[in-house]
Amino acid sequence: MSEERTPQVPTEQVPNEEGRPTRAVADSDPALTPRGTPPAPPVRPRAGDEIHAFPETAVGEGDVRVPEGAQVVAGTSLWKDAWKRLLKNRLAVFGMIVVAIIAFASVLGPGIIKRATGFEYDTIPADSNLVRSFPPLTAPDGSFSWTHPMGTDSAGRDILARVLQGGRISLAVGLISTLVSLIIGITWGATAGYLGGKVDDLLMRIVDVLYAIPYMMIVIVLLAFFGGQSPLYQIFLLFAALGAVSWLTMARIVRGQVISLKNQEFVLAARATGVSTPKIIFRHLVPNALGPVIVYATLTIPSVMLSEAFLSFLGLGVQAPYSSWGSLSSEGIQNIAIFPWQLIFPGVTMALTLFSLNFLGDGLRDALDPQMRKF
Amino acid sequence: MFRFIVRRLIVTVPMVLIVITLTWGLIRLAPGNFYSTDKKLPPAIEKNIRAKYGLDQPWYVQYGRMMGNIVRLDFGNSLKYETETVNDILKRTLPVSATLGVLAYLIALVVGILFGTLAALKPNSKLDYVSMALAMLGISLPNFVLGPILVLLFSLSLYWLPPARWNGFPSWNLVLPVLTLSAIYMAYIARLTRAGMLEVLRSDYIRTARAKGLSERQVVMRHALRGGLLPVISFTGPALAILITGTVVVEKIFAMPGLGNYFLNANLNRDEPLIIGIVAFISITVLIFNLLVDIAYAYVDPRIRY
Repeated sequence: MSEERTPQVPTEQVPNEEGRPTRAVADSDPALTPRGTPPAPPVRPRAGDEIHAFPETAVGEGDVRVPEGAQVVAGTSLWKDAWKRLLKNRLAVFGMIVVAIIAFASVLGPGIIKRATGFEYDTIPADSNLVRSFPPLTAPDGSFSWTHPMGTDSAGRDILARVLQGGRISLAVGLISTLVSLIIGITWGATAGYLGGKVDDLLMRIVDVLYAIPYMMIVIVLLAFFGGQSPLYQIFLLFAALGAVSWLTMARIVRGQVISLKNQEFVLAARATGVSTPKIIFRHLVPNALGPVIVYATLTIPSVMLSEAFLSFLGLGVQAPYSSWGSLSSEGIQNIAIFPWQLIFPGVTMALTLFSLNFLGDGLRDALDPQMRKF
Repeated sequence: MFRFIVRRLIVTVPMVLIVITLTWGLIRLAPGNFYSTDKKLPPAIEKNIRAKYGLDQPWYVQYGRMMGNIVRLDFGNSLKYETETVNDILKRTLPVSATLGVLAYLIALVVGILFGTLAALKPNSKLDYVSMALAMLGISLPNFVLGPILVLLFSLSLYWLPPARWNGFPSWNLVLPVLTLSAIYMAYIARLTRAGMLEVLRSDYIRTARAKGLSERQVVMRHALRGGLLPVISFTGPALAILITGTVVVEKIFAMPGLGNYFLNANLNRDEPLIIGIVAFISITVLIFNLLVDIAYAYVDPRIRY
């Protein structure tokens, strides 16, 4: 039992040979029923029963009848339900598709462009006449050309290749920093929530204190003073710094979830069978709190990416030869009056990505957490 | 109430200390020195510089001296702008940033509350969808993209507004930076107002207000807004934090001589007294604001007692 991933619904549905769920054995175990109440008669499913998502609310045998011969509906899980609700939300689906396209393009795009036109993100043309900024879809002689769909920058580099390469870094910073914040936030929040008492007070008071700190200033100081040694080191510094400052809300969410879960029977059962505290927290409590965590993580990604862009824009984040959407925008802004495409393409790609991620996050929240829904 | 304020102030002081200590520690642990940026100095000169700035003392003496200065609100001289003290610079730059920030927040409050309320009054209408999509755009569009696009449009193409530079308080130069800065607040406030109002509009006391025959206008303006705006009030705290990052970018884009711009340059110049001064000033301001927000909250919401 303790080795299994704990189920979403406290009462387990164990599929029998025909693959139809029956109620878990433990439910009718006389040892677990309150004294004085006779054990409930075993409920046996038959063809024609509608299977309840929450077996404990079923009234009895053949709870809800559907006409004979109709197909038995498979039990829906929380995740399946959420997925269905998500697919009904048009904006969230739009967000999902756009994010998928941009992610695929960032991963595969630079390779394809290199095959097609020979340009890499840092290829500066050998012919010095080409080392200047051409408008989108324009050949050096002013005629139409597909070579540079987004034009070139002041050094003659292909902007599309640079935007896609920047997408790799921006998305990586978003994902990895969110992962860092997840690890810290979940550990912190789950520990505080499960242990409670003085530990909880201390851990959450620290979170309260950190909440009020204008942390972006400290991140600026950190990057300005420790950065600038090597471009790769700078990116790692970004991962760490942004992850280290964005776990606070995550800790609060996880703590709330854990507090509401920790008095349920499955935790008691785990404790009674001698499962260690860390194992209870990470094997039993955390998987059950995943819904809100996923929602908040989805919304953390765009906010971290925005912070990364902001720092790169100030010249403190991603540095040459690497590029990110923020650093590309920063280069673009210097030439905005003459070569506006240098700013507009990276800027709009980034805004579109953040826009889609935010919609996806909102949609996920509505789907996974109907009570938290903002109507 | 009084006890609450005192308790909050007691928590506030260590918070400011933590921020300053963290900043100071980062600066001191970082490799290199503010004077060693270009070529290597002769040892005698280096020794003199270190003595002049107290760098030859043990770290706890330096730390104690810095903290003593902060308690007396005297942050010393800037290393870069040698003729000015940090306090002079704060006095000079604060009005610029405060003007931008206050104007941006006021505009965002008016527009955000207006559209948030209208959207909540007719959920799922066209106006609701359009204003919420715009709000999402406002949250997603980085201000360093929005700002230059506005400049491109209104200054470099239409020639309606000046593109940059500070020109005193009532001036056309303020329009574009204030708009750029307020976009994200507007978006957040509209979303918060809509969510808050939707919740309040379904509550019993609104039904009572309607039942006793008040006009819809009175129901919304006198009863619903008061409850519906609670999330907006509590947003004011985090808003200040966004303002700080926002002003750094906006002041850089529009070449404004504000606090944010100076903070960024101080970091690039390793101007320690100026960094510490600005960090201390901003953390104190943020924490006082948070306290004021909590007090305001108690006044608006009669259910909250401290």
